[in-house]
Amino acid sequence: MSKIFEVPMYPYARSADQDALTPVRHPVVVIGAGPIGLGVAIDLAQQDVPVVVVDDNDRVSFGSRAICFAKRPLEILDRLGCGAPMVDKGVTWNLGKVFFDERQIYDFNLLDEDGHKNPAFINLQQYYFEEYMINRVRELQAEGKPIELRGGNKVSAIGTHEDHTTLEIDTPEGPYNLEADWLIACDGANSPTRRMLGLDFVGRVFEDNFLIADTIMDPEMQKNFPTERWFWFDPPFNRGQSVLLHKQPDNVWRVDFQIGWDIDREKELKEENIRARLHQMFGDDAKFELEWTSIYTFQCRRMESFRKGRVLFAGDSAHQVSPFGARGANSGLQDTDNLAWKLRLVMDGTAPDSLMDTYSDERVYGADENILNSSRSTDFITPKSDTSRTFRNAVLDLAEAHDFARPLVNSGRLSVPCTYDGSVLNGPDEGGLPVDLRPGSSAKDAPTKDGWLLDRLGDRFQLLAVGVDIPDTLEDGGITVEALRLAADESPQFAQRYLGEASSAVYLMRPDQHVAARWADYNEAAVIAALKTATGRG
Amino acid sequence: MSDLNTKANIAGADDFYAELLSIHEGRSKEQSDAINARLILLLANHIGDRATLSDAMQKAVTAGQG
Repeated sequence: MSKIFEVPMYPYARSADQDALTPVRHPVVVIGAGPIGLGVAIDLAQQDVPVVVVDDNDRVSFGSRAICFAKRPLEILDRLGCGAPMVDKGVTWNLGKVFFDERQIYDFNLLDEDGHKNPAFINLQQYYFEEYMINRVRELQAEGKPIELRGGNKVSAIGTHEDHTTLEIDTPEGPYNLEADWLIACDGANSPTRRMLGLDFVGRVFEDNFLIADTIMDPEMQKNFPTERWFWFDPPFNRGQSVLLHKQPDNVWRVDFQIGWDIDREKELKEENIRARLHQMFGDDAKFELEWTSIYTFQCRRMESFRKGRVLFAGDSAHQVSPFGARGANSGLQDTDNLAWKLRLVMDGTAPDSLMDTYSDERVYGADENILNSSRSTDFITPKSDTSRTFRNAVLDLAEAHDFARPLVNSGRLSVPCTYDGSVLNGPDEGGLPVDLRPGSSAKDAPTKDGWLLDRLGDRFQLLAVGVDIPDTLEDGGITVEALRLAADESPQFAQRYLGEASSAVYLMRPDQHVAARWADYNEAAVIAALKTATGRG
Repeated sequence: MSDLNTKANIAGADDFYAELLSIHEGRSKEQSDAINARLILLLANHIGDRATLSDAMQKAVTAGQG
């Protein structure tokens, strides 16, 4: 049986655009049908913005690649209508073990906060992730939503203009030209778009390689490997480096060997060498098959700005981090979450073009947070000096016997939603409400009497009110704010997260479920002013 | 404001100093460095207060620089 990633899911088909006498203009063209490109396309199509996705490939991710998806992206995917199959298929885990040298030094339970629809994260092969997103694209197409997916379409040249871009696209039947009012580049770490526009990365650069072995264990062997995250610092089977073992669906175990910068790729990728590494790790008698192996090279850096005129960059094309903490695909989906509603308002003419600058500002802030966390993890995992190694080993040695040292152990800080502190879109923060939901934060889920709160938020501006009378709708400059009236006793988690010590609250929520402003009471003029601020019209 | 106490605070200063040296006796440079690092982490956790720790780190850096 072929693997899902060997089957063409969106094979090349001739488009009428290829026979047009003059290049056809599309409102939005997305380059790249990976998780980020599909995410932004689904988001726009759901909002009735016509979108064409082009990709030189015609199938889902080859191999598992990104495998760890955190709560916030799962919430975003819920809004996009494809979160549920991912959570159903994905593996959830709570237990982690940390090893140093030859011994286990401690284990931990994540104790996920209760009262959320989605788990803290799931492990799921990127190919399933993309398959479910493509299924969602097909569903939207069946509903008549304006979304097109063109396989075998490779962008070979891009021309930038004040109010559009021109694209030259190669296909199996020859080249054709397209125009796009807006171009969104989701074409990955080696983004050809970035290269064609002569844009490059800035910031701290460091690099490393990981040998990835997706291993299908023999049933006998599986019994010894529960659904847990195991992380080794400096183990005998990979001296001076780290190893991560993680379970994926279908009994596929991901093994990540950190192998350093100076490597012989060809030699490392030889099956016999990979098998030898795995035997060193699992024992000489271990029986397993290899599903997929690869070397993942990362560089930790970002573009100076994620916007260049009418071209927007999202996901790995804009920023790259180490794999520790699963901040790649997870932050890319937060890019699309931030981008789609802004672009729709700008295209509608209800918000100024400058709103798109705030896409770059907010997501550059998010990328810097990820790069900082990722750099710190890397410094802990791969100490850069003797003193740094001495302290790292001291932390690990102490952690075995003493609780206090465990928070210092850094094998990757798992991706958490970014709070856009200091964003120009943030409005007032009044009313003495819980600090975790200050303006710029993404909404926290909680049970309500009519279902999960996050299922009731998103895609439009909303005014969430607790214990305060508000009108059904408000309107300003063509933007409508809808009321969401809730009671203090929706659930204890809701009261704790949205009220804290306060007795009433009014939250202005953005279409990406982030808090724009908040107050203890309702004041129409204040809400309208905050709405103007949140849409770049302040 | 940091609460770092820089006044004499250890009763039996000579005893303390002798004990501090004794834990390093007969150890290699590498073993001693490891012990020192563990000691710093234990004491830092006991102090806990970030401002005090920052102050101590800065004073450790500047002392001896004339």
